[in-house]
Amino acid sequence: MSSDAHAVHDGGTGLSNNKLLMWVFLGSECLLFGGLISAYLINRNRFGDGPAPGDIFDIPFTSVSSFVLLMSSLTMVLSLSALQRGDIRNNRIWLWTTALLGALFIGGQVYEFTTFLREGLGYTTSPFSSAFFTLTGFHGVHVSLGIVMLMSLLISSYRGTLRKENSETVEIVGLYWHFVDVVWIFIFTVIYLVPSPTT
Amino acid sequence: MSTDTPTTEATVAEAHDDEAHDHPTDAKYVRIAILLAVITAAEVATYFVDIGPALIPTLMVMMVVKFFYVAAWFMHLKFDSVVFTRFFVTGLILATAVYCIALTASEFWSKG
Repeated sequence: MSSDAHAVHDGGTGLSNNKLLMWVFLGSECLLFGGLISAYLINRNRFGDGPAPGDIFDIPFTSVSSFVLLMSSLTMVLSLSALQRGDIRNNRIWLWTTALLGALFIGGQVYEFTTFLREGLGYTTSPFSSAFFTLTGFHGVHVSLGIVMLMSLLISSYRGTLRKENSETVEIVGLYWHFVDVVWIFIFTVIYLVPSPTT
Repeated sequence: MSTDTPTTEATVAEAHDDEAHDHPTDAKYVRIAILLAVITAAEVATYFVDIGPALIPTLMVMMVVKFFYVAAWFMHLKFDSVVFTRFFVTGLILATAVYCIALTASEFWSKG
């Protein structure tokens, strides 16, 4: 009996296999975003006749979006903390809050992309625009997948299968969510706040 | 899971408790979030206030501090096994290597 538990939980390392797998996945995700950020930094000066990054970025708006995503990390960790105490009600409240903050961030990104398109910055306008939309678009897809994971946790919770004993599931989804936040911390500074070229 | 005996469930829960020891309180998480919000506000302030050549180093330091706090406290790397930290740091080092190689390939060699 004990060996069954260890086959799932320990894998001979004394660590949770599921958590270890998530960390390996996040390590590989660093490479994905490393490649995309590299592509952006190399192409940020190649805007041709299209709008330059320094002309088009709306820093106050993006700052609010960044703050929203940062606070969603707090609500995520509070949802885990609540479940570890066996507090199902607060766990659901914080999961809902996290999903809503994530959706707000995505809404902001859709608004930003729409504004850029209206101002003449399309996906194929210049190497800068392709690199920018690919990087921030990939990040947005990650946030969207995170929202799907949060909703599946909420469905499990309302079905009564998400309990204190399996709080590790929330912890693993939380790791993914915090990683997405950490990537945005990097993107916000390097892409938006470091002065960009202008026309 | 429903086929697990109570003993198995207890063993899993016990093992998990061992890993999850000494996690911070909610108040601590809130204090860290406030600190992160203050740093973000300081970052945004650099957009409006000219601090000259100190701008990029200042932004980098603030970014690293935020990164560290989220990874260490919210992702529990401070409390979990060092193996997890190693996997994450390996990914970060490889990502940095990707950037250096890409920069070398597209900038350095093209200027011959």
